[in-house]
Amino acid sequence: MLKILKYSFYDLIRSRWSYVYFLFYLILGFVLLFLNNDVSKAVITLMNIIIVLVPLIGTIFGIMYYYNSKEFTELLLAQPIKRSSIFLGQYLGVAGSLTMSLVLGLGIPFVLYGLFKSDAIFDFSLLLVTGAFLTMIFTALSFNIAISNENKIKGFGYAVLLWLFMAVIYDGLFLMSLIIFKEYPLDTFSLAATMFNPIDLSRTLILLKLDISALLGYTGAVFKQFFGTDQGLIISLLMLILWTVFPIWRLSYKSKRQDF
Amino acid sequence: MYENIALGKSKFQYQIFYFSIMHYTQSLLAAIYFIIGTSLYANTIPICSSCKVTSIKKGIEIAKDFDTLLIKKGVYKEFNILIDKPLTLLGENFPVIDGEDQGEIIRIVSDNVTVDGLFIINVGTSYTSDYAAIRVVRSEHFLIQNVVLEKLFFGIYLEKSNNGKVYHNKIIGDAKDEYNSGNGIQLWYSKNVEVDRNIVQGTRDGIYLEFSDHITINNNISTKNLRYGLHFMFSNDDVYTNNTFENNGAGVAVMFSKRILMKNNTFKKNWGTTSFGILLKEINDAEIIGNTFEENTIGINVEGSNRIKYNNNNFIRNGWAVKILGACYENTFSNNNFLHNSFDLSYNSKLNDNVFDSNYWSDYAGYDLDKNGIGDIPYRPVKLFSYIVNKTPETIVLLRSLFMDIIDFSEKVSPVFTPDNLLDANPLMKQVK
Repeated sequence: MLKILKYSFYDLIRSRWSYVYFLFYLILGFVLLFLNNDVSKAVITLMNIIIVLVPLIGTIFGIMYYYNSKEFTELLLAQPIKRSSIFLGQYLGVAGSLTMSLVLGLGIPFVLYGLFKSDAIFDFSLLLVTGAFLTMIFTALSFNIAISNENKIKGFGYAVLLWLFMAVIYDGLFLMSLIIFKEYPLDTFSLAATMFNPIDLSRTLILLKLDISALLGYTGAVFKQFFGTDQGLIISLLMLILWTVFPIWRLSYKSKRQDF
Repeated sequence: MYENIALGKSKFQYQIFYFSIMHYTQSLLAAIYFIIGTSLYANTIPICSSCKVTSIKKGIEIAKDFDTLLIKKGVYKEFNILIDKPLTLLGENFPVIDGEDQGEIIRIVSDNVTVDGLFIINVGTSYTSDYAAIRVVRSEHFLIQNVVLEKLFFGIYLEKSNNGKVYHNKIIGDAKDEYNSGNGIQLWYSKNVEVDRNIVQGTRDGIYLEFSDHITINNNISTKNLRYGLHFMFSNDDVYTNNTFENNGAGVAVMFSKRILMKNNTFKKNWGTTSFGILLKEINDAEIIGNTFEENTIGINVEGSNRIKYNNNNFIRNGWAVKILGACYENTFSNNNFLHNSFDLSYNSKLNDNVFDSNYWSDYAGYDLDKNGIGDIPYRPVKLFSYIVNKTPETIVLLRSLFMDIIDFSEKVSPVFTPDNLLDANPLMKQVK
């Protein structure tokens, strides 16, 4: 598996896309800090970008890579290698290189602008951790879509739809249901609903740090328990891990049974 | 007044010294001087466990007007100490007066009383009378300074007492519930009192004013109080400046009062469902200038308040910087900084009669082509999302989601739910210094 991981990783690095991605974040980080000159404000702007862009790029990259390397995958399948290690190796290669681009690309400008002296370091590292999680999750989801769809156009369509659903439509439905059922106690429901969307989940995780004063404004024991203590942080992180592990498990499960 | 006495004494001692070097040439004069001195100037009565006088009550009993009781270090288990003549109670190295939870500790019923440097603990708790560590009743020209109060019910209670000063005291309570705790410093029907440089924490209301006019409250630090850091009720023409209110149930509550000046105070980390930096209720003609509101759930909560000026305040990272709940007219907000608040402004009616002009909004995304430092397009501080959150509070979990940004944007372009004249026509491009 490691060999395939290494191969995919270097393959991506050679294909220059990782560089482009890395440079994009590098420039973004520098521009943000140059324009704001305020690390904590830049963290807020970055959060908006990470929540929207990272899943999108993870999805598109994952699905593209899978379809592109399909012939190579079929070649590998003819060899006496475990199927799960082929797919997991490829997946980890893609997710690893994307995560690295993200962390380095954003990390370097922030470190250069004196992050270690700023008190935003915890917010920022949380941002990077959620960014990494989102990359892993959405790449895994796109691999799942790709492995289930032979047809590339269909696969692409589903992948983009997945992103659109998670990033925008889900919140819209969520909001509508909250407004329609506002007569009922909704605090448990609203917290549960955030758990079923990794984007909302990462947003909540960052909100816990950035907007805690606003979140505590709502009267409700469940909210208070969740946002007021470390419970919120722990549960959100656990759910993110679950969101990562589950698609990876399905990927290896599916790859064993798939008829290529 | 007391300073004069002290000055007179040292001058007098100097004169004694002077005469002694003059080889008693004028010893007769000196003797006369001495006799006059003792009768004119106050005595000092030392109190300690090995002195002639061992209790404070006894000391007060034998003291004449304008005497000083010098209370030496030690523990005095006394309560219901009544000061009924103009005296100075001066503690040396913070003597402890332990009330043993029996009731009130010191009651001042005379003018010109000074209490200085005492450590008072264990005030009794009662549900029928407000026991206080120090209570001043119908007296004037009192001075309470350098007093430390712990384990208290009420701390310093001024009752119909005017023209006094409460200076540099430290009040540390351990209040757990509102119903069985008292206030740190309470003023009731008192006028012209100065409350300066006190530290109050862990009480119900840090400082409480009821029917008290012309009070100045400066440089105090009020933290971790159950209810409010500072609380005004029916008190007019008061001023509070340079105070810090942190981590209270709510920072300052100003209710049913007129002409209050609030200047250069800091309100920090008042978190919770009903937590505010300032709560304004039925307030008219007040001025709120140069204050800093940082990380409060609600910076200022305004209800039924008119003609208030908000100038040069900083609102930094609050949940809601300003929340206006209707019946507020002719208020003006200008030259304030709104920095990274979750919501800058929340408004629950469609009618707007308040003016927002020349503020700096960190969320402002306009441009300044003519480079005059003022944005060319107006800023709308009320987001649609804050309107939705008012209606359905649970939606707060959708804060900063892409979907919300999209509908906020559409509302910004064509306001439907928020008052369309509620805007800052001259948003500043740079922070107000």
